[in-house]
Amino acid sequence: MTLEATVALSLGGLDLDVDLSIPDGEVVALLGPNGAGKTTLLKAVAGLVPLGRGHVRLDGVVLEDAVSERYAPTERRPIGVVFQDYLLFPHMTVRDNVAFGLTSRGKGSREARATAMDWLERVGVAAHAQSRPAQLSGGEKQRVALARALATNPRLLLLDEPLAALDVTARTEVRRDLKRHLSSFRGTRLIITHDPLEAVALADRLVVMERGRIVQSGTPAEIAEHPRSSYVADLVGVNLFRGEADHGSVKVAGGQALAAAGAATGDVFAVIHPRAVALHRHMPEGSPRNVWAGRADAIELIGDRARVRVLGRLPLVAEVTPAALTDLKLVEGSEVWISFKATDVSIYPA
Amino acid sequence: MVAVSLAAVACGSTTPAASQGSPQPLSGTLSLFAAASLTDSFKALGASFHQQYPSVQFQYNFEGTPTLVAQIEQGAPADVFASADTANMSKVQSDGLAAGSPKIFAHNQLEIVVAPGNPKGISGLQDLARPGVIYISAGPTVPAGKYAAQALAKAGVQVTPKSLETDVKSVISKIELGEADAGIVYTTDVKAAGSRVSGVLIPASDNVVADYPIVTLKSSSNAAADEGFISFVTSAQGQAVLESFGFLPA
Amino acid sequence: MRPERVPVVIGVLAAMGAAFFIVPLVGLVVRTPWSDALAQLTAPETVEALRLSLVASFSATAIALLLGVPLAWVYARIEFPGRSLLRAMTTLPMVLPPVVGGIALLLAFGRRGLVGGWLDSTFGITIPFTTLGAVMAETFVAMPFLVLTVEAGLRSMDRRYEEAARTLGANRWTVFSRVTIPLIAPSLLAGAALCWARALGEFGATITFAGNFPGVTQTMPLAVYLLLETNPEASFVLSLVLLCVSVGVLVSLRHRWLGSA
Repeated sequence: MTLEATVALSLGGLDLDVDLSIPDGEVVALLGPNGAGKTTLLKAVAGLVPLGRGHVRLDGVVLEDAVSERYAPTERRPIGVVFQDYLLFPHMTVRDNVAFGLTSRGKGSREARATAMDWLERVGVAAHAQSRPAQLSGGEKQRVALARALATNPRLLLLDEPLAALDVTARTEVRRDLKRHLSSFRGTRLIITHDPLEAVALADRLVVMERGRIVQSGTPAEIAEHPRSSYVADLVGVNLFRGEADHGSVKVAGGQALAAAGAATGDVFAVIHPRAVALHRHMPEGSPRNVWAGRADAIELIGDRARVRVLGRLPLVAEVTPAALTDLKLVEGSEVWISFKATDVSIYPA
Repeated sequence: MVAVSLAAVACGSTTPAASQGSPQPLSGTLSLFAAASLTDSFKALGASFHQQYPSVQFQYNFEGTPTLVAQIEQGAPADVFASADTANMSKVQSDGLAAGSPKIFAHNQLEIVVAPGNPKGISGLQDLARPGVIYISAGPTVPAGKYAAQALAKAGVQVTPKSLETDVKSVISKIELGEADAGIVYTTDVKAAGSRVSGVLIPASDNVVADYPIVTLKSSSNAAADEGFISFVTSAQGQAVLESFGFLPA
Repeated sequence: MRPERVPVVIGVLAAMGAAFFIVPLVGLVVRTPWSDALAQLTAPETVEALRLSLVASFSATAIALLLGVPLAWVYARIEFPGRSLLRAMTTLPMVLPPVVGGIALLLAFGRRGLVGGWLDSTFGITIPFTTLGAVMAETFVAMPFLVLTVEAGLRSMDRRYEEAARTLGANRWTVFSRVTIPLIAPSLLAGAALCWARALGEFGATITFAGNFPGVTQTMPLAVYLLLETNPEASFVLSLVLLCVSVGVLVSLRHRWLGSA
């Protein structure tokens, strides 16, 4: 079960051009900020939005090809979609909602209803079979939506922000169940999300999209370690710079230089973890090669950590304990010195 | 002033008001409610009267007789009422709305009206019952409709009209438009429609003579002008006008 | 918050406006001969007119649904050159004087009409003076109400449900019948109710195009008009019946008028 999609199109102000391949057995999450084109890509794969250029192939079967003008209409594609707002038909009972895909594809109503009840049991909402969607909670609706999409035995399962409409408490529980169902699903799975936690929890591989392009693809660990865009960097919470490396020095755009360990040369990304950045009241002495003065611009207390944004030669985020802040008598606007070692600067080719 | 005839049926003509040397000329606006079949003739009479008495203006209302009666009963501002039969006139009298007694001023007879050239070859009343002929007439409460039913009964013809129109003019227009093949209207209507229709005569044995009475209404504020006009209608001059439109003299 | 007080001028004018509508309706109710009402209602001519009106108005509504819903769908979903012009033409009967509508129907479907002439010469079929003619006259004036209401409903519905249905394998007909129609059911019902009420009350086009004959083309409004001349009490009673029907339709649609649709 593989999905191969090369999708290029223009819609509204969005210019989309991606090459996506999902092999068997891998749950892929499309991660990116709003407006990146994730939902548009999902719609293109589903056949709801026409391709400008490219093709969509599922298990070797061409669903759409711009060159040969082949086009399989949405209703004939073996797909199941879980929508962000669930889109459960308000005028049908929960059971009939789940049975809808089966009756639409020609199954008799008795068989369809039996299969629907089966799926409702599996997702744990069988008790609500005769209710209307409006009477269900968010978590229950999500489960029904999943059952509805899976009931037709699709070969490709598409989930558009599956947990976004849920409140925080429901989200954790539903995420667990969703992971379980995804694992037992025999087919290609693609999740769309803007929530990195969701992506990391549910997927094996992340594909990061920004402004209609894929900027990065890899396991969550790979991505966190080597972010290739400020979006990811912000997500992961690291300091990211891009510049020219030359024997231990990375010249960042703007002319500032970072001292870095390693022999890499050329166009690189440089990552410094906030934990590695130390704060001082006066200019420190010692081995750290990167030292400069700056001003504490913003201080954020998160749990038992404090994140301090320092503006200086280069903008940085430092992570220290709240106690340290008090000791330093550091407040927003305070003058402060930062330092970090060259060995704490991780560089990799851009 | 003009003496008002007391007879229900008056066949003679009276001298017009002008020749009696009335002290002052007649003036004002005369609101005339007359049966549809009187449309063209009464407009001519009004114009003629206006020439003699330029200060008299006319306001015409031509409809099916029962419609006029209903309007008068509801208080419509009418001065003179000319009916197409005596039954409707009696209604107005018994309602106490007539001033004085009505005068019969004309008679009319029925005629079959068909499309120009008589394409369906209607030769008489019996052809109205022929399959494929669409026959319409005025409604049963309209004098022309009532008379049409009487004529058909006299001739022993059984036919149901496809539509009961509110007045004879509507019957004529449907024949003109080609929607119906034949209708029964007055000879004066056939004449008034000229080349737009053709007529088929009804023999006297089956035909019905319609009596047209005219009266001043109590609601009028210009009795002098009303009586003046009525005298004109029944005068030799007025009768001549009516005859030119195909009416039979009173 | 303190309740708003009515400024005097506005209050007087508003009261006059309300009275303008209320007095005639009250007059109708008060002047109806209630003791006679039952006799009038069960008189054969009245029953005939009532039966014919119901048959014709429901037939007109059925035709309006059959032809009007697809038309509304085309207007709401398909872009094509000349769409606004076509839409304006099919909405025209709403503002056209009904008699003018009747004349237009004669010129199209009368015995010498564009289509009617062909029907007559080829099949010997004539439409004026038949119940079909009355139904056509009513459909002509009433269908635009249905088309407009259904079109508005189609435009305002959430089309993502249709997309969801397609991803579940529903073909276009299934999407339309099992998703779209149920979702616009309120608009559909309101449009049908308005259409039916308008068809029931139609007079000018009917009497011009279809003519007037009891049991065939003499619908209730025509009967009321003619009875006014011969039997006013009967016409009051029939008028009251029509009034009650209209009030019934308005009451059942009040939520739409008051904006909670």
